[in-house]
Amino acid sequence: MKPGWLMLAGLALAGACREASGRLVTDAMVTGDAITAPLTQTPGDPVRGKAVFTSREAGHCVLCHRVEGLEAPFQGNVGPDLSAVGARLSPGQMRLRIADPTRLWPDTVMPAYYRTNGLHQVAAGHKGEPVLSAQEVEDVIAYLSQLEG
Amino acid sequence: MRRLGALALLALSACGPDMAKGETGFETPQSGSAFLKPDTRALQSDDFANPGFLWVDRGEALFARASEGGPACASCHDGGEHTLEGVAARYPAIDDQTGELFNLERRINACRSRHQGEPPLEHESEALLSLTAYVAHLSRGVAIDVETGGAARPYYEAGREYFFTRRGQFNLSCHHCHDRNWGQSLRGDTISQGHPNGFPAYRLEWESFGSLHRRLRDCDTGVRAAPYPAGSDTYVALELYLAARANGLAMESPGVRR
Ligand code: HEC
Ligand code: HEC
Repeated sequence: MKPGWLMLAGLALAGACREASGRLVTDAMVTGDAITAPLTQTPGDPVRGKAVFTSREAGHCVLCHRVEGLEAPFQGNVGPDLSAVGARLSPGQMRLRIADPTRLWPDTVMPAYYRTNGLHQVAAGHKGEPVLSAQEVEDVIAYLSQLEG
Repeated sequence: MRRLGALALLALSACGPDMAKGETGFETPQSGSAFLKPDTRALQSDDFANPGFLWVDRGEALFARASEGGPACASCHDGGEHTLEGVAARYPAIDDQTGELFNLERRINACRSRHQGEPPLEHESEALLSLTAYVAHLSRGVAIDVETGGAARPYYEAGREYFFTRRGQFNLSCHHCHDRNWGQSLRGDTISQGHPNGFPAYRLEWESFGSLHRRLRDCDTGVRAAPYPAGSDTYVALELYLAARANGLAMESPGVRR
């Protein structure tokens, strides 16, 4: 290999490492289509999770998703109905879909809620921060797991 | 005047938008008003109730008033050779003198400095909004027909690039909502195809009249992206791409939006 190529390869590697460390969900955390291990020690709280799901300041998931019987006005339908999502997906599968869905669906409109890398033109108040904290992700999973239709 | 304007020449644009096939998520552009609740749509179509006409009427008065440094807009644009009917439907357009892309607001400010000896008006100021509303309304019913070739090409490309780039903490592009999800509900809104033909418009949420750029700032802010200033080069280029996507669609300003 010519030295030029070596240098290029080295640069690419360094780039890849920086990318991986900026990403809150690393390859090692993902098994198949799930992140099986919780992101925090404290178990998720479904009551707080429901607030994360509806509140504009937190997840505001109702922007795109509907849940039967949930008392929140104007629930969207850009994403699938989640009324029975607890029967369909395991907590680990939900964790990957909420934390970093672009890993599963590269072109999705669903935002990654636990990711800070590879973003662009982020507003000052949100720079370097994921949309939800690790605990909020666990809380919303605990809420959704109860929805079995 | 305004009642006549509504009957304006329905120019049919033969030249379709020169988009790559399937680039937009629609065959024919559909106005944002088609996605409104019936009462909001009714408010727009009633010239006596449409609050945007307050700005059109103010604009008409400003248009007729002589400036300190020179003549009134109306003394050049008196309905003869320099009539402004149908003109707004061709904006943004390249300014021959500078080779730069001008939207209506920039054109109005250029006329002020070149022909009236007046300083530029601030974007979103009452005066500029009013003049823009008046000039846009002179093209009501006229099909959008912007030029995207020649000197306009680089601006068109830059606008297109902005439209397809993911941004903000939510990591979404204009394309994700307005090409791929129009017709779907996003909380209380039905997402439209994102056309500029209703602007400047009265927005109920603003409780006021505003420019297209103000609406674009709201969309950028909605995905938690840092918005560009109204009147910025970035938004003027984006405005050209949006107009090109909407080529053939009838102008509706003053629109009424949620
Ligand atoms: C801007 C729209 C949008 C928002 C906001 C959004 N989602 Fe989604 N979501 C989607 C779409 C679209 C899909 C389907 C995947 C696809 O087609 O790309 C999806 C899929 C999902 C799935 C998988 C459903 C299944 O049946 O496989 C879960 C779980 C989910 N979202 C949870 C959430 C939660 C929790 C939030 C908020 C913290 C949220 N979503 C916010 C658009 C959104
Ligand atoms: C998360 C979804 C979303 C994204 C991303 C988004 N918009 Fe919008 N946009 C909306 C909604 C909702 C409305 C209000 C309802 C409608 O579509 O008219 C709107 C309105 C508009 C309108 C006014 C249409 C009318 O007739 O009143 C324009 C123009 C527009 N958007 C352009 C853009 C552009 C350009 C971008 C990217 C810079 C963008 N939007 C990004 C959701 C979005």
